[in-house]
Amino acid sequence: MVITVYGPGCARCHETERVVRNVLAELQHDADLQKISDYQAMAAAGVLATPAVAVDGVIKLSGRIPKPDEVKAWLK
Amino acid sequence: MGMRRWWSYALGGLAAAAAWVAIYLNLAAVARWTTYSLAGLTPGTHLASAVEFFVFEAPKVLMLLVLVVFGVGIIRSFFTPERTRRVLAGRRESMGNVLAALLGTVTPFCSCSAVPLFIGFVTTGVPLGVTFSFLVSAPMVNEVALVLLFGLLGWKVAALYMSTGLVIAIVSGWTIGRLHLERFVEPWVFQMQAAAVDGSDAPASWADRLRSGADAVVDIVGRVWPWVLAGIAVGAGIHGYVPEQFMASIMGKGAWWAVPLAVLVGIPMYSNAAGIIPVVQALLAKGAALGTVLAFMMAVIGLSLPETIILRKVLRPQLIAVFVGVVGVGILIVGYLFNAIF
Repeated sequence: MVITVYGPGCARCHETERVVRNVLAELQHDADLQKISDYQAMAAAGVLATPAVAVDGVIKLSGRIPKPDEVKAWLK
Repeated sequence: MGMRRWWSYALGGLAAAAAWVAIYLNLAAVARWTTYSLAGLTPGTHLASAVEFFVFEAPKVLMLLVLVVFGVGIIRSFFTPERTRRVLAGRRESMGNVLAALLGTVTPFCSCSAVPLFIGFVTTGVPLGVTFSFLVSAPMVNEVALVLLFGLLGWKVAALYMSTGLVIAIVSGWTIGRLHLERFVEPWVFQMQAAAVDGSDAPASWADRLRSGADAVVDIVGRVWPWVLAGIAVGAGIHGYVPEQFMASIMGKGAWWAVPLAVLVGIPMYSNAAGIIPVVQALLAKGAALGTVLAFMMAVIGLSLPETIILRKVLRPQLIAVFVGVVGVGILIVGYLFNAIF
């Protein structure tokens, strides 16, 4: 499982990465966490608003910081 | 959501609304009491009028912000950038510009997403000019600016700001579209195969929407409150200590150069609506002209240097210059117009 966090480096993007990382650590989940800050890659993935999170290439959320419970639901 | 839970939410909401109204209506009395009884300041002194201004306006504006940001957070849960793009894709200009400017006010947007949004719009059939109408209106006509204008300057100025801001967004987007400047977009943008996927995270239930309202309050009010307090503190200082009619000579109607100067000074200034509007209100009270002040505000909020720097990633300098120029001219016209009318 690959989790991708899209964000150009704004405060909310860092926060998003932190939330996802914490959930992975808490569940001891072995998903790969990728961080993408390149605009071309973001546009190619169809991201319109940052921060955005994709799980195995499917965008799950964009434009806001996820809650830990949401991240846990994606991992199931 | 169960019936019992629904009722407890409804009652809690009603109680919160009643408490909000009761506090809001008594703010003026509390401010007077705090200033003259609690702090024991002498009425009529500079310090007393500055303190009373702050103690009244700061909680008033923060309370209005909480209320409106909550409401707008709920409204925004109906609009996502993906849905807005679907409405705008393939639109003819004119009508497209109008729709883009209107949707810009309600679609969640932060200037750090300006680049992915720009690419996502222009590569999936939203015309360049229509995209610009959105990019002008989204930061300029926002709920924080409107709340501060309403709270500090009244509904008329708030309505003027909103309607002229929309007109500027529509006309400047339309103008950029007419000029056919696609060649000044960085070439790699149009070579991209951007995926037009729709977000799957649209909240479905009313509980979700109420939660996004509450999240918006935590996020937005949590971010802007220091600016509001700082702005109102500076405004209070101006109220208490700057003589009446002091600004009339510099920012008054008589000086023809005041409007362009206000725009030139405003563009590189980095502040948000929360910090700048209380200062602007104090300037108005000291004799500055409405049009000049409106132009200054629009230049600060709508044409920010950081956003143009971010957009440089996708736009050639020529197009950035046209963008700033066209919007700047629109703001100038608004400034002169209101100085002539009022």
